[in-house]
Amino acid sequence: MKELSLHILDVAENSLRANASLVQILIVESTKDDSLKIVIIDDGCGMTKEYAKEILNPFVTERKTRKVGMGIPLFADTAKAAGGELKIESYLGKGTTVEVFMRRNHIDRPPLGDIASTLTGIICNEDETDVYFMHKIDELEYYLDTREIRETMGDIPLCTNSVLNWIKEFIKENETKIGEEIENEISS
Amino acid sequence: MKSLADLQKIRDKAKKELEMRQSADRTQVRVYMGTCGIAAGARESISAIMDELSRHDVSDVEVTQKGCIGLCEFEPIVEVQRPGENSVMYGHIGPEKARRIVLKHVLGGIVLDEWIVNENK
Repeated sequence: MKELSLHILDVAENSLRANASLVQILIVESTKDDSLKIVIIDDGCGMTKEYAKEILNPFVTERKTRKVGMGIPLFADTAKAAGGELKIESYLGKGTTVEVFMRRNHIDRPPLGDIASTLTGIICNEDETDVYFMHKIDELEYYLDTREIRETMGDIPLCTNSVLNWIKEFIKENETKIGEEIENEISS
Repeated sequence: MKSLADLQKIRDKAKKELEMRQSADRTQVRVYMGTCGIAAGARESISAIMDELSRHDVSDVEVTQKGCIGLCEFEPIVEVQRPGENSVMYGHIGPEKARRIVLKHVLGGIVLDEWIVNENK
């Protein structure tokens, strides 16, 4: 996968299938420390300790529709290539946390890519699983919380195309804003 | 910047469309996003669907995603269901075909037979 956003979508997909009611996606970058961390936390069904270890092997999956599970192994490879690693912590009945660390300026670190499309892609799930997203670069940050949006929308579901478009634009604008501000800071 | 006021406007417009229809059923578009779907470009397809709908000023279509259904070789898969009609599953739907499906099937009600998933092929 060419973008970190696609890996994020893929991992969040596991959270949705695990019947999570909230998926938290946190991206924390530090230009000083040359680090980029992605944390995906869900409160879904979780896995046993043994299974969480096994899941880095592509031939392990709980899905019935096909026999290989490539998502986590692919992300782990990407992290490793960019001077980092992927860790999974899971508790049965409580949820799963996937934490990925990478060197921000590593030549093999893929770009974040289209995070706006990734988030709308996750938010339009049929089970109304909520999403909390936070992106922080150095001291700059913004967030999106679908629980707040749901409150504003009342009985109009979030998987309505016009609502999804608003979310996408909101993320795009904020990404551009923090991106530009960081650029300015680095060059000044 | 996008504000909460914009969101309230969207809510009011969607509500109005809902009242005009006088039925709880609305057209559903579903994109499958397992690892297979994502790797085949499903995110770009669903993105194109959302964009094409708003380009035609439609604000009340249900766009949802689901996981892998075991038809990985047909990904990206897009499913359309108009109220009171059978659901139709299309295979190998990139962004351009996705836009076409919105225009012809979602908005126009015309099924695009040649793109329907056929497991016997």
